[in-house]
Amino acid sequence: MNYLYPRLDLEFETRNLKLFFSIQGGDFTKAGLLSSEVKKVLKQLNIENKTIKSVVIALYEAEVNVVAHAYRGTVDVEIDENKITILVSDEGPGIPDVELAMKPGYSTASTSVREMGFGAGMGLPNIKKNTDEMWIETVVGRGTRVKMLNYF
Amino acid sequence: MNGSSKYHDLDASRCIGCTYCMKSCPTEAIRVVNGLAVIDHDLCVYCGQCHRACPTRAFFVVQDDLSMIRSFKYRVILFPSIMIGQFPEKYSEDQIYDGLKKVGFTHVYEVEQPMQVLIDSINEVLNTQESPKPAISIYCPAIVRLIQGRYPSLTENLILKKTPHNLAAHFAIEQLMLEGAKREEIGLFYATPCIAKIASVKSPVGERESVVDGIVNMNQLYNEVMKVISEGEVEDNSVQRQNLSSEGIIWSLTHGESCHFGSRSIAIDGINNAVRFLERLENGQVNGIDFIEMRACDQSCAGGILLTGNRFMTVERLERRAKRYPAAKNIPQETIRANTEELKEKLILDPIVPKPHFIFGKDRLKAMEKIDRAQRIVCFLPGIDCGACGAPNCHALAEDMVNNKAKMSDCIFLQQMWEDEGRITAKKAFLNVQKKWGTNRFKADCNKKGRRNEGF
Repeated sequence: MNYLYPRLDLEFETRNLKLFFSIQGGDFTKAGLLSSEVKKVLKQLNIENKTIKSVVIALYEAEVNVVAHAYRGTVDVEIDENKITILVSDEGPGIPDVELAMKPGYSTASTSVREMGFGAGMGLPNIKKNTDEMWIETVVGRGTRVKMLNYF
Repeated sequence: MNGSSKYHDLDASRCIGCTYCMKSCPTEAIRVVNGLAVIDHDLCVYCGQCHRACPTRAFFVVQDDLSMIRSFKYRVILFPSIMIGQFPEKYSEDQIYDGLKKVGFTHVYEVEQPMQVLIDSINEVLNTQESPKPAISIYCPAIVRLIQGRYPSLTENLILKKTPHNLAAHFAIEQLMLEGAKREEIGLFYATPCIAKIASVKSPVGERESVVDGIVNMNQLYNEVMKVISEGEVEDNSVQRQNLSSEGIIWSLTHGESCHFGSRSIAIDGINNAVRFLERLENGQVNGIDFIEMRACDQSCAGGILLTGNRFMTVERLERRAKRYPAAKNIPQETIRANTEELKEKLILDPIVPKPHFIFGKDRLKAMEKIDRAQRIVCFLPGIDCGACGAPNCHALAEDMVNNKAKMSDCIFLQQMWEDEGRITAKKAFLNVQKKWGTNRFKADCNKKGRRNEGF
């Protein structure tokens, strides 16, 4: 039998929280929205302000990367008792030289993106700075996956 | 805030439970219970949005009794310049000052003086290396409380310097003591344009005890002055305004502060604008800004809920008035007659601590479970945020449910579905709604007409 309504009286255990978002490439108007949603959950969990700040800055940078460079992307957030893992995957051009992209100030953003105040070449370096662990997987012509981890 | 203190509340005989206040509240501090709005005073930041939204004027502001001033020999009224701005054009500054004295005050001080002292001391803070950027003004107490509650990480950006009413209070004390008054003979009363300032005097943030002895609501004071104001010749009170500067007069208006500080500064008015901006600021999306002035009311204090005049006319009158006054730095030290260094000392605030609103409990696993449940519940709610459940939106209802403050049956959409599926009887569904909204809600009554935009 399917439960049509969540049964509040039913005990179920929550080991982790999952949030899912999708991002449209090129849509700068909504950049920052999902950072705010993740931030609210972290505040409800009474996570330390400093950690929240780092997570939100890293997530925002990753979000803007997708908006500025890729066609579309998804964000999977998983929160458990002592850490938050965020996986940002996009369908886009990929990063030809990851090492170069990690250099502060190096940017491949178009002039129009820069004119909007983005694309200063600080995206990936800022993510690195604000996360405890970070992984990049990229295939040129296909897309990029950035995984970020912060401990509470 | 300290437990039981309330600075505004609802008159149950006027409230028609229309949900306007609940929906206008930026901190979701209002619920409708048994057909009446109820404020959660721990979440309230005293912005006054609910007062503006209420079609029946059911909200009232707690105030001190004006007769208490009689127990002091020196009775000082401290009021922000906007007080002058709301009087009809035909009354001169002297006539208004004279009216205030007729109401029973012996000394009249506009709070924005001597302004250079405050400007200098804020600049001292901004020029220190360790102060976080952007610095946020603490001028508006509703904004301070909003930051403490909803943007706790930004409390460290608040500038720890007191506001003009403290400045003028200490200044007035010094001046009166020069005239031979004893400290205990001086009663200081602050005419407030809003509830937030009442709260900041009665339960101050960042100071142990307020220097002010009592509060007078500006709308009440306005009415009292209008009863006695003279239209003819009055005594020349200009000596009491010789420390007033053009900067001081427009300080409480939008851009009144921001124009003095930082190489890049921003002025924001309106609580909803402030919320949007703080959200971005906390996400790290605001760069290169040194100073932020932020006020809860549209048109800053000219839009305070205790003002009588139209906010735009008040602004216009003040801007013109400011042109007649000298710049703060041109007021000579002999005129100030006070030790400005000592005044500066008195303006230092204690650190402001976060008081986060959102926390779902200390135990993280339990909090995660609550959030998880709330997210599942939201999927079943209609998402039209109708407010018929007594919560401002579906998300808030779901959160109330997991915090045991609401039930599934509070949602009238779920009720309809349950009825359709034969899970509950029509009678039961009706009783549930009646329980939530009271029996009166179903009676014919021409007073419960809700609200229409009539432009007033």
